[in-house]
Amino acid sequence: MPLETDFPQNFEAREFKVVGKRPVRPDGVDKVTGRAKFGADAVAPGMLHAKILRSPHAHAKIVSIDTSKAEALAGVKAVVTRDDFPVHEAVKEDQELMSVLTNVMAREKALYDGHAVAAVAATDPRIAAQALKLIEVEYEVLDHVIDEDLAMQPDAPILHEHLGHEYGGGKPSNVAGVTEIGHGDVEKGFAEAEVIVERSFKTGAAHQGYIEPHACLANIGSDGRGELWCCTQGQFMVRDTCTQLLGMDVSNLRVTPSEIGGGFGGKTTVFIEPVAVALSRKAGKPVKIVMSRDEVFRATGPTASASLWIKVGAKKDGTITAADAILKYQGGAFPGSPVDMGAMASFACYALENVRAVGYDVVTNRPKQAAYRAPGAPMAAFAVESVISELAGELGMDPIDFRLKNAAGDGTKSSFGPTYDEIGLIETLEAAKKTEHYNSPLGPNQGRGVASGFWFNFGGQTAVSLNLNVDGTVALSVGTPDIGGSRASMCAMAAEELGCDYDDVYCIVADTASLGFNDVTDGSRVTFASGLATIQAARQAKQRMIDRAAKIWGIPSDAVKWENGAAHPSGPNAGEHEPLSIKDIAAMAGETGGPIAGHHEIAAEGAGPSFATHIVDAEIDRDTGRIDIKRYTVVQDAGKAVHPAYVEGQFQGGAVQGIGWALNEEYIYNDKGLLENPGFLDYRVPVASDLPMIETVIVEKPNPGHPYGVRGVGETSIVPPMGAIANAVSAAAKVRATEIPMSPPRMLKLLRDSEATAKAAE
Amino acid sequence: MVQVTLWGSLRDYADGAETLEAEGENIYQVLQDLGKKHPNLQPILKKGVTVSLDGQIYRQNLMQEVKPDSEVFLLPKMAGG
Repeated sequence: MPLETDFPQNFEAREFKVVGKRPVRPDGVDKVTGRAKFGADAVAPGMLHAKILRSPHAHAKIVSIDTSKAEALAGVKAVVTRDDFPVHEAVKEDQELMSVLTNVMAREKALYDGHAVAAVAATDPRIAAQALKLIEVEYEVLDHVIDEDLAMQPDAPILHEHLGHEYGGGKPSNVAGVTEIGHGDVEKGFAEAEVIVERSFKTGAAHQGYIEPHACLANIGSDGRGELWCCTQGQFMVRDTCTQLLGMDVSNLRVTPSEIGGGFGGKTTVFIEPVAVALSRKAGKPVKIVMSRDEVFRATGPTASASLWIKVGAKKDGTITAADAILKYQGGAFPGSPVDMGAMASFACYALENVRAVGYDVVTNRPKQAAYRAPGAPMAAFAVESVISELAGELGMDPIDFRLKNAAGDGTKSSFGPTYDEIGLIETLEAAKKTEHYNSPLGPNQGRGVASGFWFNFGGQTAVSLNLNVDGTVALSVGTPDIGGSRASMCAMAAEELGCDYDDVYCIVADTASLGFNDVTDGSRVTFASGLATIQAARQAKQRMIDRAAKIWGIPSDAVKWENGAAHPSGPNAGEHEPLSIKDIAAMAGETGGPIAGHHEIAAEGAGPSFATHIVDAEIDRDTGRIDIKRYTVVQDAGKAVHPAYVEGQFQGGAVQGIGWALNEEYIYNDKGLLENPGFLDYRVPVASDLPMIETVIVEKPNPGHPYGVRGVGETSIVPPMGAIANAVSAAAKVRATEIPMSPPRMLKLLRDSEATAKAAE
Repeated sequence: MVQVTLWGSLRDYADGAETLEAEGENIYQVLQDLGKKHPNLQPILKKGVTVSLDGQIYRQNLMQEVKPDSEVFLLPKMAGG
């Protein structure tokens, strides 16, 4: 159904002049020369440096906090604790905000190793660190729980007395919520099945692993007004959250986002920003906080870890008759794991008459989870795609053919309910099957895996402003931080509409005082939604230039057409006039009515889901259990690739993060519930030497809800990797791997257990 | 009047009903009417839901027109990364 908007949003087939090319990225020079300013680069005269005291216990009652000795230390200008974060009215009414407040600064209890307990601002970072040691906190250590399955046991330590009574038989439990998705009769479907595969899986929690730690600088004046500079995926979110948590008027805080050294969802919330504002307000001076990597791991969100059970049945001809899933996600110490989306996404690739997915949101003594690329979907896809490939094997079918036999297509009723519009899963499967990779031979100890994946993609609130400069160049302001190359795409779309050169458009990410509200950069929404607003803003500016040309020529506006970046007379009564270029019209703007601009504000919808299919070749060293990824191909539907190099980069980045999640990345806790590997030496993300070149195939099935057909591409690419890699590893190892990360010790144990079982059977 | 399909666990708040009838010319009005007729749903609706209307997912823009034969699904609140 076409979207109802007051502007043309539906797909318009056209020939592109700028979109689809690979121009140089506008932020490239700044980033390679070091001129780009990131969060930690912010400075202000008289700036203080703040440090945060963090809980050394996984779970403890905070009996008392004595800051008097720290406050007496020379150079210390302010100390804040839970007493400086009262519960304001806005927070009382919002459980999610209450969780954020409690996560920012612990209240009655420390809920995980690294939970913030107090903060100090001092004239020097060393003085701040020294002051932390002078803060006396009396803890009463409590039993803790780290694992989602253990947290659901009846005798598990309870994190929140008010939580989960409906799932604990009237007593508190660690289950914060249950979601069920599906339709049809699953039991009947399994009764019709001729082959059934049923398995349980576990996934570790993976951190987003952004290179830039969180950093911010707050400067609040004695009048209660101030500014905040920070690295974030959403300056408007930071402004609104900080002001609500601290009881400030929204207009009293202006937030400017820095360049961002990666986010992947992990910077869609606040951690240190309210603390910096509170300290600055108390000290009357600018306060800067920069997290260490240790703090990033201990106190910012990884995604959830999960325990999963999957059952799928099919007829011998390959038709799936029923699919069932139970998903248990722990999202750290607060409700809100992404299990809802995991349940909805789990079987979204398939056309199923009988399907069910039940998800449990579980709390544990771990840091509060934060969004991570396609939140909730990759873990579910790992388990489901493992079972789908195993079932294909049981049926003697090619895994791509089996997926094609059951794939969701245009008009399919999705597993989570709604009927799909035009989607590109089948196209990715067909393209994957034709790749040279899929048809190439494998070496010894190697296996090949495939998996498909889905992500919803979102729109959201978006405001864009486009201003024509006096020389005809264009200043474009967007409100969505650029975490994946969006400025290049915005410049390309504005240039496409205006008919000017890509290099004539300069795009910035504006502060909160300069534009209307923008949602965070998340949900693969920016190229779609900010792009949509950019196109409309450019069209408005273009119409205004047409109106100016009409005035200059003394003819009606409808007798003027816009071609190749210039106004031309059009029609029999328009008369003979020399075309007026953007530069000509811009130079006369003052004399013809003033500045020429375009702007657009929307709550964008119609993003159109994206699907992908990945192919992986993995090799196992049977003596050590080490896995090498030998070859990897991503095939994904982008709708329309505005800047294909960036699209390929998103595909490759998702695959690489998925490889890390699948093979190495995990949080290792000791028996006290303390994190033992809070650093990149021991929490090992893939580096270039670990990886093959990630090959890419861009499929373009236009999104009917965008004039160029654009679909978001940033998240889908992390959904299939773990399933595809698990299928490749299982084929290479000749035993099914059901737990990730598939690290060498875990794989070696799996191999040895498998060999022992085989020997016992002889 | 339009048929609104509830996600599985939401049915617990609507006496087990898979679908409910509601009146309204747009998504906002339909949600208001649902909350009025089924008070148990109010807390969930207030916390936020996602609405799928004729295959399009709406997280925020509730002013879309709903027709009597529209396909309307209530889904859990969604967020990206």
